[in-house]
Amino acid sequence: MTDASGKGGPTETLMVTKFLRARPQDSWTIDAARRHNNAYQTLDKAFAMEPDAVVQAVSDSVLRGKGGAGFGTGQKWSFLPKDVFPRYLCVNADEGEPCTFKDHMLLERDPHQLIEGIVVAAFAIRTDLAFVYVRGEFALAADRLGQAIRDAYDAGFLGKNILGSGFDLDLVLHRGAGCYIAGDETGLLSSLEGERAMPRIKPPFPAAQGVYAAPTIVNNVETISTVPHIIRRGAKWYNAMGENRSTGTRIFSVSGHVERPGNYEVELAKTSFRDLIEGLAGGVRDGHTLKFFIPGGASSPWLMPQHLDAPLDMDYVQGELKSMLGSGAVMVFDDTTDPLQVAWRLGKFFEHESCGKCTPCREGSGWIAKVLYRMANGQGRSDDLDLLLSFGNNIVPGLNAPFAQTTICALGPSTMSPVVSLNRWFRDEIIERMRADETRRAGLAVTPA
Amino acid sequence: MTTNAVPMSQWPSEHRYTIPVAPGPETVTVTIDGRAAQIPRGELLIKAAQDHGTYIPRFCWHERLKPVGMCRMCLVEIEGMRGLQISCATPVADGMVVHTTSDAVTTAQDGILEFLLINHPLDCPVCDRGGECPLQDQTLAFGPGESRFVEEKRHFEKPVPISDLVMLDRERCIQCGRCTRFADEVAGDPLIDFGGRGGSTEVITYLDEPFHSSFSGNTVQICPVGALTARPYRFRARPWDLASTETSCGACAVACRGSLESTSNRLVRLLGVDSEPVNQGWLCDKGRYGLDWVHSDARLRQPMVRRAGELVESSWPDALDAAAAAIRNTLDTHGPNGIAVLGGSRGVNEDAYLWARLAKGVLGTDHVDAQLGDGLPADVVLGMPRATIPDLDRAKAIVLLAPDLKEELPVLYLRVRRAAHDLGVPLVDVAVRDHGLTPYATAVLRHAPGDPGAAAGVVADALVGRPGRTKVGKAIVDATDGRDGPVVVILGRTSVAEHPDAIVHAASRLTGLPQVRFLSALANPNVHGALDLGLTPGFLPGRVSLDAGRDHFTKAWGAVPDAVGRDAAGILRAAATGEIAALVLVGCDPLAECPDRNLARAALEQADTVIAVSAFMDTAAFGATVVLPPTVWGEQSATTTNLEGRVVRLGRRVTPDGSTLESWRIPAELAARLGSDFDLETVDEVQDEIARVAPAFAGVDASLLRRARDGVVLPLADHADEVTFGRAGAGPGPSWEPILPVPEVVGDDDRSPSTSASDSPSAAVPAPTPPVPLHRWDAPPDAPSVPPLDAYALRLVAGHALYGADAIVAATPALASLTHEPTLGLNARDRDRLGVHDGDRVRITTARGSVDLAVRTDAQTPPGTAWIVANAAGPGAPDLIDLTSPVTELRVETIS
Amino acid sequence: MGLTDADQRRAQQIIDRYPYPKSAVLPLLHLAQDRDGWVSPEAMEQIAELLGLTPALVLGTCSFYTMFKREPAGALVVSVCTNLSCMVNGGFDLFDQLRSRYQESSDVSVEEVECIAHCDHAPAFQVNYDFHGPADAHGAADVIEQYLDGRLAARTISGTARQEVPR
Ligand SMILES: Cc1cc2nc3c(=O)[nH]c(=O)nc-3n(C[C@H](O)[C@H](O)[C@H](O)COP(=O)(O)O)c2cc1C
Ligand code: SF4
Ligand code: FES
Repeated sequence: MTDASGKGGPTETLMVTKFLRARPQDSWTIDAARRHNNAYQTLDKAFAMEPDAVVQAVSDSVLRGKGGAGFGTGQKWSFLPKDVFPRYLCVNADEGEPCTFKDHMLLERDPHQLIEGIVVAAFAIRTDLAFVYVRGEFALAADRLGQAIRDAYDAGFLGKNILGSGFDLDLVLHRGAGCYIAGDETGLLSSLEGERAMPRIKPPFPAAQGVYAAPTIVNNVETISTVPHIIRRGAKWYNAMGENRSTGTRIFSVSGHVERPGNYEVELAKTSFRDLIEGLAGGVRDGHTLKFFIPGGASSPWLMPQHLDAPLDMDYVQGELKSMLGSGAVMVFDDTTDPLQVAWRLGKFFEHESCGKCTPCREGSGWIAKVLYRMANGQGRSDDLDLLLSFGNNIVPGLNAPFAQTTICALGPSTMSPVVSLNRWFRDEIIERMRADETRRAGLAVTPA
Repeated sequence: MTTNAVPMSQWPSEHRYTIPVAPGPETVTVTIDGRAAQIPRGELLIKAAQDHGTYIPRFCWHERLKPVGMCRMCLVEIEGMRGLQISCATPVADGMVVHTTSDAVTTAQDGILEFLLINHPLDCPVCDRGGECPLQDQTLAFGPGESRFVEEKRHFEKPVPISDLVMLDRERCIQCGRCTRFADEVAGDPLIDFGGRGGSTEVITYLDEPFHSSFSGNTVQICPVGALTARPYRFRARPWDLASTETSCGACAVACRGSLESTSNRLVRLLGVDSEPVNQGWLCDKGRYGLDWVHSDARLRQPMVRRAGELVESSWPDALDAAAAAIRNTLDTHGPNGIAVLGGSRGVNEDAYLWARLAKGVLGTDHVDAQLGDGLPADVVLGMPRATIPDLDRAKAIVLLAPDLKEELPVLYLRVRRAAHDLGVPLVDVAVRDHGLTPYATAVLRHAPGDPGAAAGVVADALVGRPGRTKVGKAIVDATDGRDGPVVVILGRTSVAEHPDAIVHAASRLTGLPQVRFLSALANPNVHGALDLGLTPGFLPGRVSLDAGRDHFTKAWGAVPDAVGRDAAGILRAAATGEIAALVLVGCDPLAECPDRNLARAALEQADTVIAVSAFMDTAAFGATVVLPPTVWGEQSATTTNLEGRVVRLGRRVTPDGSTLESWRIPAELAARLGSDFDLETVDEVQDEIARVAPAFAGVDASLLRRARDGVVLPLADHADEVTFGRAGAGPGPSWEPILPVPEVVGDDDRSPSTSASDSPSAAVPAPTPPVPLHRWDAPPDAPSVPPLDAYALRLVAGHALYGADAIVAATPALASLTHEPTLGLNARDRDRLGVHDGDRVRITTARGSVDLAVRTDAQTPPGTAWIVANAAGPGAPDLIDLTSPVTELRVETIS
Repeated sequence: MGLTDADQRRAQQIIDRYPYPKSAVLPLLHLAQDRDGWVSPEAMEQIAELLGLTPALVLGTCSFYTMFKREPAGALVVSVCTNLSCMVNGGFDLFDQLRSRYQESSDVSVEEVECIAHCDHAPAFQVNYDFHGPADAHGAADVIEQYLDGRLAARTISGTARQEVPR
């Protein structure tokens, strides 16, 4: 049903998406995965290592989480308190960040790569029970992963004494049921416990107190899918790609007004937004020009055409451009786009998805959406943008990226991202438009119908 | 992995996420708004600040609930940390420098208020919280003036009932989650939760299923806005019209601390006060809402005297004369042995003492019993090594040999639940049937009615590390191995349908355990005070036996009875045969309270003279010779003794209308008319006499009682270091903080608490040694011989329901509707075996009598037993029970 | 209604996967919704009973998640995305048209949803959680008709398995 993931020219460095590109017809089956993709071949190598050495290798690779926050994966693993058991691994396949569509592809097309990664990661952190939290709407992904898990059990890659290593691992597929906030790692844990997916205060971090109050590691699907490659080919191989603290590759989901929307795995730092948007994704669709783009999911501040040559480097985008690569969702908007409409639609998204726990997010998200709605629909006021910034300052004190927050999780400050972006790039345009709307409304008011 | 689901509310808390709060013994230095303070490491900043005089505003945080950090009102600035932090989820660290009123903080808090108000209705003038609402107060104090939110507010149907007692106004709700967290964390009744998401989050119950929790009123008290209101209180008063007095609840023997409020000489509200050793701020709904009975039209306002067969209203002098004359007459014809005093377990210490003095010192009778066959032998209660409520928190194990605490002593249930569930104290449940605490038990031992001995034996062995061959034995050993602390046995009547010797015998098997202590589970509000003060045969006031105290009391009173008298069962039997001719009923109704109603009826019918001290025309008063209506709870200053032996004060908040006499003056007046003037003018003088005369009360005089914040546990010599001074709950917070600081408004014979140096905690309490050795329980009874359970008969189990037929419930409209018709509770197996269905009326017959009741399937009742509530109105369990028989076997027939 | 023996066994298997039974709330709600076409009060009560929860907690959790229908829904749930990539590619139009087209239908419930991660096929929609798109209203209606007349096998309304679509 789904087209091949991404239609762009793969680069030399492709690793995580290689197989699903090569054999979309049967790539999810265990036979194809073993025959053509060396599936499960890193396990022996990993089991021959000390668990801590696996953690070290992942640390040395400078692998950073691909779920959004970009936290060092090896570092996160090493935060687990020594000798506290049971402990758990949870793979985050909730993928709800607007316009991110890579993780479910990895589940639908290459679930064995993920399972292999889970076995290695679980071995490294010494747990015998792992969960994959799959977004409820991903039915095909759940089918394929479910089958893959059964096949992996049958083939002895899961269960008791895997490949004679003495290591046991059970893997549970857990389906969500429709809510973005279950993607936040602590929201995910609440949801996995059968509760409302309300995020939890950190500290305690999940590594100290996660699911069932036990030490827990939460990692993204793409992060874990990368792990076997690192173990197979070594940390050096991985960190030789990219630069600085943006090593290796990442999958970017490019969508919106581009010729070839799709997932593209590229080498970090060495690739620019232009390579991605104009090269791989074929550029803005015919006859139009780029107006702005959102580089890392709904929560990331927007960027402009002048930023196209910036490298896909996490620290550069955050430090220099005051935005982020976040979930790797690159949304491209051409000159026909009304930024207010985009901002409102994001506002509506956050209002719908706020869990309701924190006052500023619960009340603020709705207020933002309401004001943006009137602004986008001819009912705005010239001081509306300032009103938004003024009360929004109580959600994101200072209004500067990276966002400070008065809430538990990052959804709260994300609600202000579209507003901050509007103000940053389109302020004059908007105020002028609101004035015009006011004048028009005043005129209408005195003109009999 | 279990297939028998562990209810979430019962998940061991170590498997549930919490923000760790672990104040330890070490202290760290924290600077709050420029002032350095020493604070226990691990304490939450918000609490630390509060304890040091800085009030950080909050909505969701509550001292007795786990922090959630939802409202974001408590933001503070901590030097060296990015942005603002919520003080309710931040533990203090050494060297922390905190600003709670900087510009950044106040801006943020203003912002939170603005957000909260955009969807909050501006209906303060008609809101019950108006005038004591943090949202209102803080909006006035800091909030922005005009709303910048011009859109439509959220709308919900205006208040909807979520239970018989509580209304919910979802428009006013600020989603702080205090109520839902209380219901889950504290009460263990998660019958309310949040529903929906984001801006449409609302508090829900399940469809039409109400928030049926005996603790629902606490949610109203801790709701920081007017979203939850109490149906009995709604629109009855405005906060500024209320006057309040610190008191203790009078509904059961826990004696929770509370603040009693009235307006226009009417009690309108009781709020829980946070007393750490007693109720930690909570109340049960019966105590909280059991107020209207005080003002009931059914209250007797005049004494009554029987003239020509009719009870007619009379004056106090005439009625007292008539009572005294009847007593003298009985003494003349029958001597002291012809007269008996029953009751006193629902009164106050002062009247209990004076009734004991009247009976034993003046009339010379030892036929005196505060319990009506529904309690435990006084010998045991007075002589067992006693535990306090806080002992539960740090026990090695808690052993339940008690009725359903959730029904009979609700706030004690909360404390035991907390100990077992939150503090990890192993709980051993020995009972016939499942009850409110069973789900939290580490080990559950079930026994046949009347036969708890063997189970107690298993527990006794396991607690010294001998698991035996049973799984429970092993579970107890595993859970208690290596734990220190006392073993606390909660001892009460698991069923009033069996002889108390059975449970006492079971308890005696535990007395040899190291550090064993007992907590009585007798439920009547002042039963412990009555027993302590001598309203029981064989004892004199102050926990001394008649023999041991003879000399001391002869000196104090002039005389004491020669021999040990009869207990309630004996008294009633003797009255039924005419040996006892006069009965004085002190606030009790044997026809309602004695488990053996046939015996009580025979006794009352036979007695020549019945003098009833009663606030209501109950069934006993109905046939009385003289009826004397006393003041009741809320109308007089006095003291009561709770189940720990803690003496606490009761406040006076209203003046009785009509002509009632302060309850303690009734025995004093009678004594004067019988030739012994006690020469006591005020309640303080009574308290001082008790402290002087009653050995266990040594040192516990009126002055100490007035100053001791959480009361005084008897004997003072053993508990002197636990006495705390100062006002309960007094923090730097504004007056609306839900666990209220106790206001200084006091009744007319109350003196304001002194604030002299002697109030400081360092002032040592002089703890005199009692002049007479206190009684020790050392003669355990033999196990009663119980006939084997035959396969066809059922054995009766009868216990008390929270909402029973007592005056508090019956004469309080809000509570009266919560009572249930008694039913015959049967296990599904027995129900099917008998071929009956739910709702069928059946005839239940025992050797003693027979009643007709409807059948109800009850999973808590094990096969072979039948459950009937003992304190329901109308025919029921008391018609079936024989006080002398070890167990009550019954037969069930269908009636067409 | 009531759980069949098979349901009961299935439920037990699900519960047994987790260290604590409460984790089975979401899977069991899916199970119930697949069976009944919605989450009925009876189902919530059964789940509460099975897991040792109060029904209030089950409802509280259930009502947090958009996939759970607390009123009987059509046999086909059509979820139309109007989030950014779909919006700029005609998602709102698609939603409005499908909604009015199936307004009267008791078989098809059309709902607007947040991004369903099919943005490279914008405007995208799901029919019982199978992905479709890009499509205009005609194309989408054509797909829906194929499900309705059995040319395409639909999933259950929680997306768990294939089912016969009752007409
Ligand atoms: C509101 C919110 C939504 C999120 N959604 C997702 C998600 O859908 N998938 C994901 O992997 N991480 C998501 N995250 C990030 C997770 O919290 C977490 O950082 C991540 O799963 C960790 O994995 P990683 O270290 O491998 O990136 C979200 C975070 C927030 C605050
Ligand atoms: S910031 Fe919003 S989504 Fe995140 S926990 Fe708070 S209310 Fe929930
Ligand atoms: S009191 Fe701290 S967040 Fe509510």
